[in-house]
Amino acid sequence: MSSGLTRRSTITAGAAAAFASLLGSRLAFADEKAVAAEIKKLYGDKAMAEGKIKLDVPEIAENGLVVPVNVEIDSPMTEADYVKAVHIYADGNPQPGIVTYHFTPACGKASAATRMRLAQTQNIVCVAEMSNGTLHMAKANIKVTIGGCGG
Amino acid sequence: MTTKPTPRVRVPSKAAAGELIEIKTLISHEMESGQRKDAQGNTIPRKILNKFSASFNGKPVFSADWHPAISANPYQSFFFKATESGEFTFTWKDDDGSEYTAKNKLTVG
Repeated sequence: MSSGLTRRSTITAGAAAAFASLLGSRLAFADEKAVAAEIKKLYGDKAMAEGKIKLDVPEIAENGLVVPVNVEIDSPMTEADYVKAVHIYADGNPQPGIVTYHFTPACGKASAATRMRLAQTQNIVCVAEMSNGTLHMAKANIKVTIGGCGG
Repeated sequence: MTTKPTPRVRVPSKAAAGELIEIKTLISHEMESGQRKDAQGNTIPRKILNKFSASFNGKPVFSADWHPAISANPYQSFFFKATESGEFTFTWKDDDGSEYTAKNKLTVG
């Protein structure tokens, strides 16, 4: 057995190649760049501040089909100072967008909850736009045990 | 397989002036993401509810643009500061153009 190409290495390489082609052809996922591009489309290169956003998501999601996501933004919600819009993105789903909320001062509290699908373990990015134009950003990582994608 | 979406909304019927109330909504819908394939390998076309909006006495309060990443039978909750009596109108817009609505009365006093 002087040849470098052993039976085992051939099988491993073949399996890896098959897996890679499967990933490449069927599962085209978004990535961090896609999320950044979406944000750039809306807000350009405006500076993002930290804080104010409370992104409440589970650390580990057992079922990627139904992952609760609760977002709350610290704001007085008056006519002069309120949260205008909140965008939530995922960097490991087929498409980066999850949801966009539009709040008004009539809400009284900038908080909303829904349930989302996550295809795999990934980061959730939340961007909040205040009525004065300032932007805030928060990130959370969710480990997904069973993905909520494909069929 | 597809049933007509039925909205379910939970709103308190009474609130004190200035009280913050939570509104919870749920609607039955498959939210077909457009990513799945059927047994023959054909992509199942996307059909989701893409917009949820809530208004009170005709004035917009809250809305959400939903993407395919929203789970089937979408749930949405949000808050509202009660100031006067009136009626909520909740609207869900489907990809196919249809609209589903629900109305709830709120008495403030």
